[in-house]
Amino acid sequence: MATVETSDRDTTLATAETVARHSHGKLVAFLAMRSGDVAAAEDALSEAFATALSVWPSKGCPTNPEAWLLTVARRKLIDQIRTRHDGPGTDELEAMAETLGEVAEYDIPDRRLGLLFACTHPAIDAGIRSPLMLQVVLGLDAAQIASAFLMSPAAMAQRLVRAKAKIRHAGIPFRIPNRNELYERLEMVLDAIYASFAEGWIDAAGSDFARRELAGEAIFLERLLTELLPNEPEVWGLLALMLYAEARRPARRSADGEFVPLGLQDTALWDAAMIEEAEAALRRASGAGLIGRYQLEAAIQSAHVERRRTGSVSWRAILSLYDALVTLTGSPVALINRALALAELEGPTAGLDALAEVSGDPRIGSYQPYWAARAELMVRTGARREAWQAYKIAIGLERDSAVRRYLEMRQADLGTEILPPTR
Amino acid sequence: MQYLLTLYVDESGWGKMTPEQQQQGAASYMAYTEALKAAGALVNSNRLRPSATATTLRITNGKTQVLDGPFAESKEQLGGYYLIDVPDLDAAMSWAGRCPAAQHGVVEVRAIWSM
Repeated sequence: MATVETSDRDTTLATAETVARHSHGKLVAFLAMRSGDVAAAEDALSEAFATALSVWPSKGCPTNPEAWLLTVARRKLIDQIRTRHDGPGTDELEAMAETLGEVAEYDIPDRRLGLLFACTHPAIDAGIRSPLMLQVVLGLDAAQIASAFLMSPAAMAQRLVRAKAKIRHAGIPFRIPNRNELYERLEMVLDAIYASFAEGWIDAAGSDFARRELAGEAIFLERLLTELLPNEPEVWGLLALMLYAEARRPARRSADGEFVPLGLQDTALWDAAMIEEAEAALRRASGAGLIGRYQLEAAIQSAHVERRRTGSVSWRAILSLYDALVTLTGSPVALINRALALAELEGPTAGLDALAEVSGDPRIGSYQPYWAARAELMVRTGARREAWQAYKIAIGLERDSAVRRYLEMRQADLGTEILPPTR
Repeated sequence: MQYLLTLYVDESGWGKMTPEQQQQGAASYMAYTEALKAAGALVNSNRLRPSATATTLRITNGKTQVLDGPFAESKEQLGGYYLIDVPDLDAAMSWAGRCPAAQHGVVEVRAIWSM
């Protein structure tokens, strides 16, 4: 295999890192395609990476690092299968060696999409789909994923192992679903990607490295998905949604780390280039004329971002988008946001009436945004005691300390004379 | 790959059905079995006698314990099975979804551990 002359260790490491990130899913998908054994493919690949890190610095980076890694990993995988007892018989081993041998070195077929559908298969527990996807497709390690999802590394590792065993033993295929089931299955892929983004989004200040990275990884995956499924409008819709949100990251906290509500954010701090990209993605999505949840949510973000140009927000437009979202999903979260938009147009009483529609939902009791919304609307109607109570619950449910401080400040603004009497 | 579809159903349901409904129920299972055969996916299938006729056996400390009745008492009991041969879990799931038991009970899909 041809190599280029380079003795620069840093360049080698940088190349290895780039290849690791970009090729992990592609190589795992290819190595595990036949056996369904993702864990074995990952082991072989990580051994290949280790070999690369010891060989490349002295011998130079190969011109096609991906093919180099595949060749080494393939050899490791076949060795591994040969020594294993519960694996396939000799016939299957030969067939596998043959399949793996057939690959033209410079043209590794991209089966990442099939792998994404396998990781988000309905037979896989919904709670582990996001972590599984991040590990198998992007190669993040279990400890890193665990810290981002607030789980113990041991528990996360165990659940990931279990999910991979399920893929292999239950025979979950690496395939792109048929046209008639694609929509439903794609939704599961998108939900898993969005769940990763949401976990990263919680860390607004970006102080927790693992979580900030997660938002970036989710966007990376979504961009990949737009390359693999360029004609699916919801794929572009979700990319737009995440980019709009990410573009506002620098404005979400003040210089001293305090929470800044969306309406008060300094639009000059928003990432203009990212917003441009979001707008383009949303235009591309709506060109297909097939509306979906993520496109609607992105359109709502787009309406908020308009303030950058016009200095004001069209609540009329936002309300009708939430109307559509409520019709489409029936989600209580959409109903809460719709109530807030309605309050901007018709006053806080109308907003509270709309909010009452969701108060019967059992999930609402522990849903912080409901209580924060109720508190804000109560303040505006002058119902200070109710506002105080709602703030109290919202504060108790909030895990971000900056948001908690903001809510405490709002609650304190109500004055102390409405505090319940001390015993 | 081979998969075992196990059918868990409420056995008391059958007795509460009218003869016409029973006939209809049996016909739907027959049609399903025929469809599996026609697709070349059926390996084997059987309906089981009611769980009340089951005998459970276990050997503890070399002593055989025999109990009258099923292993687990629950509302839904193992009532029958289909052993099918299909390419992957998606195919197995799509057959499980067409099984009449999915309408009035539960169908469990398990891959066969091939030796």
